[in-house]
Amino acid sequence: MSTSTAAMAAAPGGLHLVGRRLPRAVFPAIGAGAVAATVVLYVLAPITSRIQFVLIAGALYLIGQTVASIAVEGSRRATDRGVTTLVYLAFLLAVIPLVAVLASVISKGAQRVDVNFLTHSMRNIGARDAGGGIYHALIGTLEQIALASLLAVPFSLLVAIYLVEYGRGRISRTISFFVDVLTGLPSVIAGLFILAFYILALEQKPTGFAGALALTILMIPVVVRSAEEMLKLVPNDLREASYALGVSRWRTIVKVVLPTALPGIVTGVMLAVARVAGETAPLLLTIFGTDSINFNPFSGPQSALPLYIYSQAGQPQQVAIDRAWGAALTLIVLVMLLNAAARLIARLARVR
Amino acid sequence: MSSEPDGPRKGSPGNDAAVATAEPTNSSDGARARPMDALFKNLTRSAGLGLLALIAAIAAFLVLEATDALSANTGNFLTTTEWFPNGSPPVFGVAALLFGTLLTAVIAMAIAVPVAVGIALFITVYAPRRFAAPLAFVVDLLAAVPSVIFGLWGLIVLVPRMEGVQKFLTDYFGWIPLFATDNSVVGRSIFVASVVLAIMILPIVAALSREVFLQVPIAHREAALALGATRWEMIRTAVLPYGRPGVISASMLGLGRAMGETIAVALVLPASFGISWQILSPAGNTIAANVANGFAEANSVGRGALIASGLVLFVVTMIVNMIARAIIARRREFSGAAA
Repeated sequence: MSTSTAAMAAAPGGLHLVGRRLPRAVFPAIGAGAVAATVVLYVLAPITSRIQFVLIAGALYLIGQTVASIAVEGSRRATDRGVTTLVYLAFLLAVIPLVAVLASVISKGAQRVDVNFLTHSMRNIGARDAGGGIYHALIGTLEQIALASLLAVPFSLLVAIYLVEYGRGRISRTISFFVDVLTGLPSVIAGLFILAFYILALEQKPTGFAGALALTILMIPVVVRSAEEMLKLVPNDLREASYALGVSRWRTIVKVVLPTALPGIVTGVMLAVARVAGETAPLLLTIFGTDSINFNPFSGPQSALPLYIYSQAGQPQQVAIDRAWGAALTLIVLVMLLNAAARLIARLARVR
Repeated sequence: MSSEPDGPRKGSPGNDAAVATAEPTNSSDGARARPMDALFKNLTRSAGLGLLALIAAIAAFLVLEATDALSANTGNFLTTTEWFPNGSPPVFGVAALLFGTLLTAVIAMAIAVPVAVGIALFITVYAPRRFAAPLAFVVDLLAAVPSVIFGLWGLIVLVPRMEGVQKFLTDYFGWIPLFATDNSVVGRSIFVASVVLAIMILPIVAALSREVFLQVPIAHREAALALGATRWEMIRTAVLPYGRPGVISASMLGLGRAMGETIAVALVLPASFGISWQILSPAGNTIAANVANGFAEANSVGRGALIASGLVLFVVTMIVNMIARAIIARRREFSGAAA
């Protein structure tokens, strides 16, 4: 844009290097016209949706701009302008739901979240009662993701070390392929597997630990992939220097390679934790849910924040929906804190 | 096109070869043999093999726990559209669920992919370089929102607001069979579920497409511009052909994600069985959503039936994901974009 206007300025009078252009002021005019036409349409026809307003105004703007551009600038530039508008619209379309989701969660959740909400469970709270809180669900979520990390991280690290430091040939390619397969595993399948394996085949009761097992399966591929990327980034000079000093290979990996890659690995783990903290489907099938506080993840059903949101959102009473929004705000704050911590660690530890 | 033969390993400066040569060769010397080395190597390898065993166990136990229910089933599991596994005799089939799963996922993909490609183009070509990274971060934030929150938002906020859009579609485009309705439009429909799914897979498809578009050689883009192409012509002739396999595989990964999504669909869709192309009608169900909805009241046959349907979902998503990976693998230079 700027270069072509400069060219036009450099060629005053007869020489037309860039062809005729629409003056800039035309575009806001078309935009205003499109919005005005949409407002008229809304007054005349029985349409109310705000989503539709954006879509109709956008379409009208696109048509107006294309007609004007074809008339003055020719079809090639009209297409270019059309695509530019579409790309900007696409970005707008992506930002709208993000803003809408965050705005609803924050505005509706903030009305409900207070100290009482965070420190009380749903025990003895009837379906129509306004009270109750998420304390039991918060405890459940924190214990389950802690257990899942405890199980998933060491295992995933070993797999990543094998893939990067030792893996050659067919076995390592197969493992790498199945890490990808696990990445695409629907979360509900992880839940069904733990249901089939742990609860039905081994005849265990649904507990927080069963939920943690399901979350572990979902964490493994994410942690393996990120740890693999981080281990690959460790310069080979470090490994060779260590070997040259006579340090054995496994000590090199444990004492040199892992500490160098550690910040990146921690970031990957935090992102994986943030991802599984919001998983509902596997927990639905494995922890059973409860209204009471249960500190012990190894016995008796537990609750969890996502499960709490799901069960409250499915009820018709407005007080339940309000509780769901409050829990949603808490969950989103938890996930965003984990994300922010991950990015902070990545930034602070960025050496080189 | 393969200007970077070693593209996928860019981050690792010759890792494989160098490590292999730098490996301390002291195994021949008995006195200096290092048992810990072998132990550690075997430990990591058994973890790797354990991962393979995990996948095998997932498939094996799903089959094992599904067989009892399948043998008790009096209908054909693949073609029956009913779902009464708790009745006696139990009758259930995955046909309607599979249809709903594929339909919602494909519509979600049809909505999400053009928008995601637009976002990727916006970030790589249109946006000023300074804003590119923050904008990409904003899109990634969408991916961090838990799916149950999308479900809650979809049910409470989006469904009432989409009612008008759906009425408009069925009033003016009802002559297209897809948009026709037999009963009144009430908001909760395959279409709204697909919109929610589209929002959820948008960041994944956009992020992968962005990675691919970033790898288009600058020389290709500048050559097109130097030949007098407009920006769109440059995108059409240089960026899109180069990025097509990446975009296709990103879409397939998004499709797999959309098919497996459970809670958002379970909250938005009214659980119903039957095969209908009327995406605006309040009907439809998916395999994953049915698991969430039906689990609470399922007896032992019912649980087995849900596990059997999960097995179908497992196989279908695995096929879709494998196709996506195969497309990436065929064009090795894109494997750096694989998440």
